[in-house]
Amino acid sequence: MNILPLTLKNVTYYSGGKQLLKCNVTISEGPNTMVLGPNGAGKSIFLRVCHGLLKPTEGQVEWTGKEQDANNPNQAMVFEKPIMLQRTAEENLAYGLKLRKAKKDVIKQRVSQVLQRVGLTEAAKQLATSLSAGEQQRLALGRAWVLEPDVLFLDEPTANLDPGSTAEVEIIIQEIKKSGTKIVMTTHDLGQARRLGGDIIFLYGGTLKEHSPAEKFFDSPKTKEARAFLNGEILWGQD
Amino acid sequence: MAGTEDTANNFLDALLLALDLITGLNAGLIEIVGLSLSVSLSAVLIAGSIGLPLGAALAVYNFRGRQISIVLLNALMGLPPVFIGLTVYLLLSRSGPLGALDLLFTPTAMVIAQAILITPIVAALSRQTCQGLYEIYQEQLRSLGATPLNMMLTILWDARISLLTAIMAGFGRAIAEVGAVFIVGGNIENFTRVMTTTIALETSKGNLALAMALGIILVLLSIVVNGVASITADSVSRSKANR
Amino acid sequence: MGTGLITLINRLILIAAFLCSTSASAEQVIKLASTTSTENSGLFKFLLPKFEKATKIKVRVIAAGTGQAIRIGRNGDADVLIVHHPPSEERFVAEGFGLKRHKLMYNDLVIVGPKTDSAKIRGVEEATIAFSKIASSMQLFASRGDESGTHLAEKEIWKRAQLNPQRTRWYLSLGAGMGSTLNIAVAMDTYALTDRASWAAFRNKKNHTILMEGDKKLFNQYSVIAINKKKHGHVKFDLVKKFTNWLLSNDGQKAIRNFRINGKQMFFPNANREQ
Repeated sequence: MNILPLTLKNVTYYSGGKQLLKCNVTISEGPNTMVLGPNGAGKSIFLRVCHGLLKPTEGQVEWTGKEQDANNPNQAMVFEKPIMLQRTAEENLAYGLKLRKAKKDVIKQRVSQVLQRVGLTEAAKQLATSLSAGEQQRLALGRAWVLEPDVLFLDEPTANLDPGSTAEVEIIIQEIKKSGTKIVMTTHDLGQARRLGGDIIFLYGGTLKEHSPAEKFFDSPKTKEARAFLNGEILWGQD
Repeated sequence: MAGTEDTANNFLDALLLALDLITGLNAGLIEIVGLSLSVSLSAVLIAGSIGLPLGAALAVYNFRGRQISIVLLNALMGLPPVFIGLTVYLLLSRSGPLGALDLLFTPTAMVIAQAILITPIVAALSRQTCQGLYEIYQEQLRSLGATPLNMMLTILWDARISLLTAIMAGFGRAIAEVGAVFIVGGNIENFTRVMTTTIALETSKGNLALAMALGIILVLLSIVVNGVASITADSVSRSKANR
Repeated sequence: MGTGLITLINRLILIAAFLCSTSASAEQVIKLASTTSTENSGLFKFLLPKFEKATKIKVRVIAAGTGQAIRIGRNGDADVLIVHHPPSEERFVAEGFGLKRHKLMYNDLVIVGPKTDSAKIRGVEEATIAFSKIASSMQLFASRGDESGTHLAEKEIWKRAQLNPQRTRWYLSLGAGMGSTLNIAVAMDTYALTDRASWAAFRNKKNHTILMEGDKKLFNQYSVIAINKKKHGHVKFDLVKKFTNWLLSNDGQKAIRNFRINGKQMFFPNANREQ
């Protein structure tokens, strides 16, 4: 039972009296959705509102079928900095499943499978916080993957990684997509957006300026802000 | 001049006496050390069982009056031991509400008083530590589907090394205090006499060298207990990292 | 997580068992509230094992000042008292908390001070004269100031000498026990009033010694008082009766007489005798 499409109806988000997000959008099954925009455009807030970590000030966040909220059995999120628990790599992977009261043998099987898929079988019994940044981020992806979510949100997952680790992470993201999970990801790396993206949401100043297939967005952006962004210009006057 | 010589002699005497008592396995010493440890460790166990989860809950749950609760908890760390001793005495006295329990002037009363004394310390330090972790963890844990209760338990486990320090702080306060255990225990020989009350007693009898020797032994005891805790924590964490 | 919880519960059960075993005992025990002079001198350490051997009854001693001991008795937190301030004791019995006062033993109070004795009280025969000399030469005097038997006796002497030492620069009201008071007296070179037994057992005498003794008025009477069962039904009256009987018997009185510090008798038994 898929929970997509996800619809944000007249959603706004205010904090400290300022409007930080305002949009109407539908995210459907299919190709990876990349959320682009300059710093401060509201990408992180957008992601958290979709995932349920933030409640919109106005409007509704509607999933199809099930009620979704911050206790999200069918979604998962990976953050820019991986937060690992003070326990072994495999215990970290098992954590989400344990919360959902999955059976021991199911946990064991899924954990060893995912460990292999993210290339961390050797590190299974190592303290997760002693792994390198790249390894921890792969483990974070694994921790989300092991839950077999319908949607995976990622907030700048490779922003702090070297090119080698970035490449490894991108491969894993594509694998996760292939296994049936919808990817919604923010990035400020245009190259990454081109590599991974099938569907682009462009935010600027907290509002959604464009939402189109990747080719259309990169070849012929509709708005001047998008054009400036793609040209690598610094955008002034964000409202 | 004579004064400082006196002091130096006293201290030297005390040191030698302390070594003598320890190596000779003095029976009286073993008894009061044993009682001190069992009273304070019992108090620590109780304070830990209540204080650690209480601190974690305060860190994780938001509710009206949370800020005030935290301020009060921090303030309670400074409760004077004599005040607690007096209060517990009045409660446990035969003329008091809990007199029928017949607990006054027993080691149990001492455990109760010390538990009351150190629970705020353990809880406040737990709250501090858990709040730090909570701020780092909360988004990720919520994303994984954790309820506040889940988060509480996860944070308590993850913070276990720092929380051990909180426990040790509580132990240190308990083993060193004399006001509360004196009043509720009565310093009864072979029954409720602990190291600190013995030090007070021997001082009042003018046995200054013995009192100091016992003080030195008390400090050594504290070092040993803290050392054991530290080594245990270290070996546990190292074994996990090397697996 | 589950195993952690089980371990925790196990530990709590152990504590509960430990606590229960130490508070409820099958053996026969009575609680005696007394003063620091009897405890610190070592009298009870000498006396009580003899009683225990004869009767298998264990006596637990809570040593506090006379005032505190009487309060403990009033609250019913002890079964029997041995204190040394007749007016307080008589009031205690009159109010019904104590059953009867039995004279037990006496010793005397003495004035100690530095050997140099600037107030020149050595050899003086009456305490009131000694106190007057201390006052007029304004030598430091350390008072217990804690409403204990010794302190109340001290106040009596000032009254009889028609002197008021309160709020003078040489009178130190400490609010402390006998031992602490003596420690301060020795450290600050002051005079002090103390009972003979406490002084004999005191191990920090330095340059202090007994300067005035033998005044008949410094007579320090100890009595034993059982707590009245009518006021506090839980007191172990039968066991206390055995205790008081033993103390007042020849065996008990002999034991008191035989207690020595440095070969000197400290307490003088005077049960059922006029004094």
